[in-house]
Amino acid sequence: MSLFDILGPVMVGPSSSHTAGAVKIGYISRQLLGENIRKAQIDLHGSFLATGAGHGTDKALVAGLLGMKEDDIRIPDSFRIAREREMEICFGKVNLKNAHPNSVRLKLHGISGRELEIIASSIGGGQIKICKIDGLEANFSGDYPTLVVHNLDQPGHVTEVTSMLAHKGVNIATMQLYRNHRGGDAVMVIECDQEIPMASVEWLRRLEGITKVTYLSKIEKEEK
Amino acid sequence: MFQSVEGMLQLGEEKGLPLWRVVMEDDMIDRSVTEEESFEMMTQMYQAMKEADEGYDKDLQSSSRLVGGDGAKMEQAIGEGKVSSGTFIGKVMARAIKMGESNACMKRIVAAPTAGSCGVIPAVLISMEEKDGYSQQKMIEALFVSAGIGEVISERASISGAQGGCQAEIGAASAMAAAAVTYLKGGSSRQIADAAALALKSLLGLVCDPVAGLVEVPCVKRNVIGAVNAITSSDMVIAGIESRIPADEVIDAMGEVGSLLPCSLRETSQAGLATTPTGLEVTERMTGNGFD
Repeated sequence: MSLFDILGPVMVGPSSSHTAGAVKIGYISRQLLGENIRKAQIDLHGSFLATGAGHGTDKALVAGLLGMKEDDIRIPDSFRIAREREMEICFGKVNLKNAHPNSVRLKLHGISGRELEIIASSIGGGQIKICKIDGLEANFSGDYPTLVVHNLDQPGHVTEVTSMLAHKGVNIATMQLYRNHRGGDAVMVIECDQEIPMASVEWLRRLEGITKVTYLSKIEKEEK
Repeated sequence: MFQSVEGMLQLGEEKGLPLWRVVMEDDMIDRSVTEEESFEMMTQMYQAMKEADEGYDKDLQSSSRLVGGDGAKMEQAIGEGKVSSGTFIGKVMARAIKMGESNACMKRIVAAPTAGSCGVIPAVLISMEEKDGYSQQKMIEALFVSAGIGEVISERASISGAQGGCQAEIGAASAMAAAAVTYLKGGSSRQIADAAALALKSLLGLVCDPVAGLVEVPCVKRNVIGAVNAITSSDMVIAGIESRIPADEVIDAMGEVGSLLPCSLRETSQAGLATTPTGLEVTERMTGNGFD
């Protein structure tokens, strides 16, 4: 919490959790996909489903997926803008196990064919958590440049990734490791203090045993 | 982040700095920014508040159709000389309602400290500036004072309705605004703290019971009591009246009351106004309008 979390932020109403947080979930998800979205399946859970319509949660999520921030006055118009940009949107409902009441599952298809499934929660005051990526634990805030590497659970992959970061002068802020079972699918989630060069992210994508690399850049690429 | 109002006042005394500067310098360290950057950021917040105030649209309606147009009614009544509480308080009331309505209608506002309580601080400060003609510099300083009080409330208690009920939102906003007005009126640091204490005391126990879970009823109109209470609290202090309970202790009491409130009265819409027959009717109607 900074002083301007108390007096601020500037945002489109009515709710920091159901509106501003929802915009942020959409925005971070689009950044994670790394390209414009062709089709989005949006499944709402809990309080997002129950009171979301009255809070504009649906419009807010779509606005974020279009690349808008929480203070963008076009948020109420996001459905129209999505139609103009030929972004296909489907809403549904889902009952996610053990999820925060303000949660959503997004299935995103990018314009070049990239796909991403995200489960995210709005945890209050406009703060969010990306809980899962493609069904595997993720658990990060989206406030830092974040690298998510999916790999086979075998020795050496953590070293490959962390050596690359060291070589590029990127300091690790936090690091988490998960796997579904021994020798199965594993994931590392690394929040960094600096941006990772895109060439290095691409290099990781080509390594054997690494199945998917998702990178959240905090460099602003706002769409107009 | 300051842990106590007392600590904030002491630091000011030790360094020989006014309260607003103590708060600003803390922000400079916290975000590693310069004096100019910190001051500019607060200036932008005030600018955004003013734009939101001027951008009010009386024709907008919220999605539930419960909210919209009331700010304009209030203004009209002031114009016709019908308001018992006088023109100044009338204007404060109108601004508080307008901002709350703008928020409910998906317009851009400044969460201060929350979106639901976004009308309190701008209603008070913009109306004070209009009445007494303070400089821009002075207004921004007042905002730093209010943010400092908000910081302590957030640290020691809460500024979230889900955690502490409405007292943590409208109550906190009212205390923050009371501190700012007292600063504008030339009150001492002690009086600033006392005004915040008085304002919060008067709203202690206020529950969060929004109809259909929306930031509309009773949130919009509660911004009025938060704003008016800030001004009367400051007036008491300027008249020489003291808060018998120090600010930090009042904030702790608010935190305690908040944690003692049943879950049903903390933004879950399971009791209070939300479950009145009329409240339930609206909920029923909104569910029909939902995603199902």
